[in-house]
Amino acid sequence: MKMAKHWWKILAVLLLFYVITAGFWVKVPAIENNEQTTRNLFFHVPMWISMYTLFGISVVYSLLFLSKYDLKRDIVASSAANVGVLFGLMGFVTGSLWATYTWGGTITNDPKQISTAVALLIYLAYLVLRMSINDIDKRARVSAIYNVFAFALLIPLTYILPRMVDSLHPGSVSSPGFKSSDTDGTLMRVFYPAMLAWTLLGLWIFNLRVRYKKLELKNIFK
Amino acid sequence: MINRASYFLLTLVFTLCSLLVQAQQQNTETGPVNEMFRSNGKIYVVVAVLLIIFIGIIIYLVQLDRKISKLEKRSQH
Repeated sequence: MKMAKHWWKILAVLLLFYVITAGFWVKVPAIENNEQTTRNLFFHVPMWISMYTLFGISVVYSLLFLSKYDLKRDIVASSAANVGVLFGLMGFVTGSLWATYTWGGTITNDPKQISTAVALLIYLAYLVLRMSINDIDKRARVSAIYNVFAFALLIPLTYILPRMVDSLHPGSVSSPGFKSSDTDGTLMRVFYPAMLAWTLLGLWIFNLRVRYKKLELKNIFK
Repeated sequence: MINRASYFLLTLVFTLCSLLVQAQQQNTETGPVNEMFRSNGKIYVVVAVLLIIFIGIIIYLVQLDRKISKLEKRSQH
């Protein structure tokens, strides 16, 4: 086991250690009924960043698969989508919990929450679609095409539409909180490492799944 | 290929759907759980958020672990 190969996993662990500690440590500006829940910025928001990264990888490999029918590319695409769904669900559940104690409802009629749920359903359908086709080559082709459409819907559903209407979610009236004028500097010092840390963790889990699926492909006739 | 994973997925799909058609419900209840979550500047909401993420990752890893075990058994023949 060469350590040099695993530097990014070590970085993920160290960053997560910092994020979880500093995330509870730093002084956060108390804004209205958010109180201390502002700290969720370091845990809830990076779930989505991780999900976008994984879904991005997924659609790129689906397109690559369609240009040359190599099953290894299908494995990468489907694994990225699979782990992306995991992070999306965790983002949704943590957001719903946060909403329960700040917005006054678990599932509200907030456009961001509803359109995000729809986007997640589209990706869940991708996983169900893959399960419904037994033929490996057919499954890879059909789901690759579906995946391109899913990604094409993901961006407007979660990023554009909710910001065109009134929403309780930050980022609908102004920018989504990445500007220094919107987000306090002390938060940024934890928020940026947090985005990187959780994304690296997502990539690590995705990497494990890809390795497993490649082995499974090798052993398919056993 | 109807296996446990597909049951789990379909359950998730239906759960999400049913949540979406629900009308908005106000959460102003005063149970002991709600009281705890609203105490100390709502810090326990953050703790719960971290726990959800942790549990999610653990469940995923256990599933992957199971699949790898099956593969190991098969590839020994």
